[in-house]
Amino acid sequence: MENGEIIKVSGPLVEAVNMKSARMYDVVYVGRQRLVGEVIRLRLDRASIQVYEDTSGLGPGDPVFPSGGPLAVELGPGLLTSIFDGIQRPLDLIARETGSFIRRGVNLAALPRDRRWDFTPAVRPGDKVTAGDVLGTVPETELLVHKILVPPETAGEVLEIAGGSFGLDQPVGLLRTPEGQVPLKLMHTWPVRRPRPYLEKLRPEIPLVTGQRVVDTLFPVAKGGSAAIPGPFGAGKTVFLHQVAKWADSQVIVYIGCGERGNEMADVLLEFPNLKDPRSGRPLMDRTVLIANTSNMPVAAREASIYTGITIAEYYRDMGYDVALMADSTSRWAEALREISGRMEEMPGEEGYPAYLGTRLAAFYERSGRVKCLGSRSATGSLSVVGAVSPPGGDLNDPVVQMTLRAVKVFWALDDQLAYQRHFPAINWLSSYSLYLGNLEGFLGAEVAPEWPELRRWAMGILGREAELKEIIRLIGTETLSLQERLLMDTARSLREDFLHQFAFDENDAYATLQKQYLMLKTIALFHQKSEEALSEGVPLNRILGLPVREQIVRNRYVAEDNLSHFHALEKEIVTSFEALHN
Amino acid sequence: MKSLAKEYRSVREIVGPLLLVEGVSGVTFNEIAEIILPDGSRRRGQVLELDGDRALLQVFEGTTGLNPSQTRVRFEGRPLQLGVSPDLLGRVFDGLGGPIDGGPRPIPGEYLDINGTPINPVSRDYPSEFIETGISAIDGLNSLVRGQKLPIFSGSGLPHNRLTAQICRQSRVLGQAEKFGIVFAAMGITFEEADFFIRDFRQTGAIERSVLFINLADDPAIERIATPRMALTAAEYLAFELGMHILVILTDLTNYAEALREISAARNEVPGRRGYPSYLYTDLASIFERAGRIKERPGSITQMPILSMPEDDKTHPIPDLTGYITEGQIILSRSLHQAGIYPPVDVLPSLSRLRDKGIGPGRTREDHANLASQLFASYARGREARELAVVLGEAALSEIDQAMLRFSDAFEKEFINQGESESRAVLETLDAGWRLLAGLPRSELKRIRTEILDRFLPDPNRNA
Repeated sequence: MENGEIIKVSGPLVEAVNMKSARMYDVVYVGRQRLVGEVIRLRLDRASIQVYEDTSGLGPGDPVFPSGGPLAVELGPGLLTSIFDGIQRPLDLIARETGSFIRRGVNLAALPRDRRWDFTPAVRPGDKVTAGDVLGTVPETELLVHKILVPPETAGEVLEIAGGSFGLDQPVGLLRTPEGQVPLKLMHTWPVRRPRPYLEKLRPEIPLVTGQRVVDTLFPVAKGGSAAIPGPFGAGKTVFLHQVAKWADSQVIVYIGCGERGNEMADVLLEFPNLKDPRSGRPLMDRTVLIANTSNMPVAAREASIYTGITIAEYYRDMGYDVALMADSTSRWAEALREISGRMEEMPGEEGYPAYLGTRLAAFYERSGRVKCLGSRSATGSLSVVGAVSPPGGDLNDPVVQMTLRAVKVFWALDDQLAYQRHFPAINWLSSYSLYLGNLEGFLGAEVAPEWPELRRWAMGILGREAELKEIIRLIGTETLSLQERLLMDTARSLREDFLHQFAFDENDAYATLQKQYLMLKTIALFHQKSEEALSEGVPLNRILGLPVREQIVRNRYVAEDNLSHFHALEKEIVTSFEALHN
Repeated sequence: MKSLAKEYRSVREIVGPLLLVEGVSGVTFNEIAEIILPDGSRRRGQVLELDGDRALLQVFEGTTGLNPSQTRVRFEGRPLQLGVSPDLLGRVFDGLGGPIDGGPRPIPGEYLDINGTPINPVSRDYPSEFIETGISAIDGLNSLVRGQKLPIFSGSGLPHNRLTAQICRQSRVLGQAEKFGIVFAAMGITFEEADFFIRDFRQTGAIERSVLFINLADDPAIERIATPRMALTAAEYLAFELGMHILVILTDLTNYAEALREISAARNEVPGRRGYPSYLYTDLASIFERAGRIKERPGSITQMPILSMPEDDKTHPIPDLTGYITEGQIILSRSLHQAGIYPPVDVLPSLSRLRDKGIGPGRTREDHANLASQLFASYARGREARELAVVLGEAALSEIDQAMLRFSDAFEKEFINQGESESRAVLETLDAGWRLLAGLPRSELKRIRTEILDRFLPDPNRNA
């Protein structure tokens, strides 16, 4: 193919002529340093190219080399525990190659070719296989068996297959397809902007357990669901996403740091290898893939990073795993889109964002889902997507927030007033919502407790009533409240402080199983119910609220998961305390 | 690649700080050009855009007095650089790195591109060394750690300069004596403000370990685009090559952002919020992210940028975007200042994101995190009670709310408030916090683990 020639350089956007053979979204190499770029507009033989690296030093006359293909990622064993930039360049290998600072024009394969993997075949020569069938397995980390699948859009008869130790470049077998014989390898590539195929989407009806009480109990997200967490700076978006990445009951986590802080990625990198998965006891890093395109890294690669991340996530979903993806922050992605759009002099929509922002956002979140995977084995996998949104000034009228809310089913509203009190997670219980409640009631009722849905409704009722009473107090003080109302105010406070508030850095409190959440909530409800009964029998409110057993409810959070029988004892104690009040 | 001597006399357009040259060839993006006036004086420009044979330049010293037909432009084929060497220490430079203290230009060991390159996130070491600033509002509640970027959000008339100078004077890392230095970049501040810092550095002797880049209010505005990058290039050299622990003070970021807006407006770009360019976030990040620690290198860069919030509004784009990039913020409050509290730090919206890695057993004390969380919660509740009291009168408050109100008044007067030359050790700060909490019922201290309460809560309250 012919080379193009640069005629214009404007920040991350380069225009080149003599690009007749280029197709939309093809990858090209720009300048003598062969910086990676992507074609985003074509007009006659003139192409607009977003360049994924700093364009300093480029000038008119410099060459542009076509690659002939779209931006694609490498999919195979070795993804887990790795950290990539927005276009899947391996940052750990780059550090080894070029030192602590990222130099330009480094081209390293995303997955290391020198590493060998133990492959155990699951098919035999003569077997007919189709896309999505399992050819064999590789133990990728101690937490995850990597299934080597027949790549999408491929089918045929296995001619040869061998077990043993293989590098990613070496064929493990041979497949006869209608188009001829193709070698079978442990990896394949897939274009990031194209969702990976599946058989059908299923209704999400199993909760993604995050261990965060305000989420799991009040505003749960389903496996295969989508959620957004918008909020001003300092409200705790990143800490919350880290918590979900640590404790969510998914087999694979893909964490995308999109235009955020370098230290936050360093934090994950240093902390995750030392944190144990609460279910398996293995380091959390063993199930994690990190994509880091920090705020000071090139803006165009930030745009690509969420597609790189979600394609990797889909790949593990296709193996039949539950995958959770966190994108922090989608606002920075949208800003990257806006910056490139502005430089192309497109007509802006709201707040300068391009008119296609809403479509792109919706298409991204729609790649989540619980699906029946390709292949003859009727496996199901799920991909849950949680996106942080960082609206200017925390203003929810921001177009990115509004367009995101049209696409997602769960909205966790961060509240800076709660953050100021250091009430974390600072998720507001009045304005947040989850549209999965109905879907999940069946599962929660069966797996946790039949009265779970009832208990949740009770808690939401108390919190809602508290907000109304607070308005009254603001106007006329506490004097006019009835005893029942004062009791309710106190129960609401207990719900907020002893249940919803959670310490991310406390060993026993950072994560709570559904069972513990249920028991904690149940003791608060029991105390409330007993108090109401006592009130109606004429026991003074201050005697009820002065019961020493309340101190124990306050400390519920510190009860260890292997000591949940404590709650049964506590329930008994509550009952006996109230009996003692009557005597 | 190109002849350095080639001069262009083909300036076609001058708009605001921008200059358009035609008929150029071999010019590259971001490179530096020398602009030569008829009288032989020279200015410096940087390529912002190349379109065919046209190059658009921003002129750092401004375009006043330039004439299209009499101006010559010579491209230098390199980005804007700073010559670095240990001789930078103790020197004062203008916003573009020229010496203004009467001394000679330091002989550089090497020239570094002032735009730097991003630190690979893999190579970052997580900042976790507690810096004792001697200021309770910071050490106790919003602690600073080495390698953090923690801005001060202030407003006109508030004592951010006094506070920053105090931090420069008092800061130390517990139990260590290491090479410590200050890099100070002034962007568009007044002579008096700059002079305040320089005097303070001289008095304490810190000047010997400092590098200053000064762009004053009457210096060319566009030069401010380069000033913080000059400073950070010097800081990176001192920290990561010479192994020093560098505190970088950048003041005032608001003036920097305004210079950026001026260029954007002259280029007719589609403006973002309040006319600031839509790439303001990315641009600020390219400054703030140049803080941190690098694995296996001894030094560190800690940044304390100062920015004045127009109308004390923290949702204004400059503080807003800054808060999204930096690792927290120290917010100064006008009402505390008017109440005579120094430093007037509004601790509730202030935040240090790296605090929890820097405090605790072996660093400060095991009760630190619990205590801080409780002080925040109780002070927030006390402030709410104060608002209620304004409407309903103090008598209408519940007993607990009255206790909270008394607590928060004392908290402001005794904990936040301290002298400008008073350096409180962090353990002193923590003890002061416990003394205040002793005035509250124990059942209200929900944020503190029982063991910690039993050990640290002062006696009178123990059986309450």
